[in-house]
Amino acid sequence: MRAVITVIGKDMVGILAKVSTECSNHNINVLEVTQSILQDLFAMIMMVDFSKSDIPFTEFSDMLGKMGNEMGLSIHVMHEDIFNAMHTI
Amino acid sequence: MLNARDILETITMIQDEHLDVRTITMGISLLDCCHSDVDVMCQRVYDKITRYAKDLVRTGEQIEKELGIPIINKRISVTPAAMILAACENKDAVKLAKTLERAAVTCGVNFLGGFSALVQKGFGPGDKELIEAIPEALSVTDHICSSVNIGSTKAGINMDAVALMGKVVRKSAELTADRDCIGPAKLVVFCNAPEDNPFMAGAFHGAGEPDCVINVGVSGPGVVRAALAKAGDCDLTAVADLIKKTAFKITRMGQLVATEASRRLGVPFGIVDLSLAPTPAIGDSVAHILEEMGLECCGCHGTTAALALLNDAVKKGGVMASSHVGGLSGAFIPVTEDAGMIDAARCGALTLNKLEAMTAVCSVGLDMINIPGDTPAEVISAIIADEAAIGMVNSKTTAVRVIPAIGKQVGEELSFGGLLGSGPVMPLSTYSPAKFIRRGGRIPAPMQSLKN
Repeated sequence: MRAVITVIGKDMVGILAKVSTECSNHNINVLEVTQSILQDLFAMIMMVDFSKSDIPFTEFSDMLGKMGNEMGLSIHVMHEDIFNAMHTI
Repeated sequence: MLNARDILETITMIQDEHLDVRTITMGISLLDCCHSDVDVMCQRVYDKITRYAKDLVRTGEQIEKELGIPIINKRISVTPAAMILAACENKDAVKLAKTLERAAVTCGVNFLGGFSALVQKGFGPGDKELIEAIPEALSVTDHICSSVNIGSTKAGINMDAVALMGKVVRKSAELTADRDCIGPAKLVVFCNAPEDNPFMAGAFHGAGEPDCVINVGVSGPGVVRAALAKAGDCDLTAVADLIKKTAFKITRMGQLVATEASRRLGVPFGIVDLSLAPTPAIGDSVAHILEEMGLECCGCHGTTAALALLNDAVKKGGVMASSHVGGLSGAFIPVTEDAGMIDAARCGALTLNKLEAMTAVCSVGLDMINIPGDTPAEVISAIIADEAAIGMVNSKTTAVRVIPAIGKQVGEELSFGGLLGSGPVMPLSTYSPAKFIRRGGRIPAPMQSLKN
């Protein structure tokens, strides 16, 4: 399955590095990354492949959420299906 | 790859605009639990519900986590209890209510609906016993919701049942007077009740439904309001279009959750209910959508027209997003559950007369309205009759969920907590319909019923 990681918050050094390190630690392949500044907020969107991950999806999602809290960022990991369902016919 | 703007839109909807799936409701048939001995029947009922719904809450929470969408309630609806009570020699309806409560607690669900009777054309075996037990059943349980269907376009209105329900609503309030009269907040009187409605308090599992089914109710008034706010000054054609697009997105999410829940639980998917269901939270109000359209305050002239537009656009947008649409599907206007409605009722802009007009164009009826504590049963019956007449003639569902605030008068407040909210006691006409209600009998089905 593929998942979308979104990171929203104040820009700082090392956000991409930290998130992608966590992905690599758990054998989650990063497929695509986009970054933008939206209303003074940093927004990063990552598409990742979860199929070979060594950790359950919900555990990874909790872990990144917690990491986000510590860094003052809002990090969400969501199944790709939700976005496909909502935005494609 | 997915468009970054779309992704951020979804995240904003969930984070800031209260987008959620309001409920996953598992419908369970209890028809095979019938037995002449009420104790045997209760045991069968408990066993069947706890067997079928044992994974419901856990699965709901899993889906919530994986898809990243809040799923607020996990609920159960069952066959109208009067139907299975009919088989018992000792029709102890309160015992059945307590059994349902025990099953609801074991499964960990928020509510269990179906302590119900369908009496639009007359009372069958078990119906009267159940209806008379409603006040006690609602006062000794916390999770049980009750509904009674007293009319339909096909059958007309059973005015004997209407007269009885006025007394039942009053008594339910009296028995729970020490708990802000919470009893009648869990009781709905319907005309044209849908058999697959996932929303409480009116959910029950109709006789034509399969053994077990998953129905999902979506929500999202906050998302619609935010979309309108961003659109700025556009005409009403554009407003309707925007609501349709937003409703489509909301419903697609509901459809995804419904299919996923159905797959994981191994239970057929029934319907998605396309409803805008408000909560007392700020930013989750249907009244605020109407105000965003340009009304100074919900309840002013123009409210009915704005609501008609909203209700229709929600359906048009949602219907293509789901493979099966059902339930109530439309905009809800429960007064105490909607921050904007509460404010409008408090300042006097929203009156019962206006609410009655609004029910002709929205999905349900007079919902969660606090009325003075000294309101006679006949007046409550007359409110039910008026509302049922609107539903019967317009071939739509209407309902009444009013709460007599025992010991309180106009301007004082009742507070139920949670999603049921709080609100002021609203004034009623003080002239008496007692003689009309005492007549009893049936209001014949209207010409609209002769469609064959």
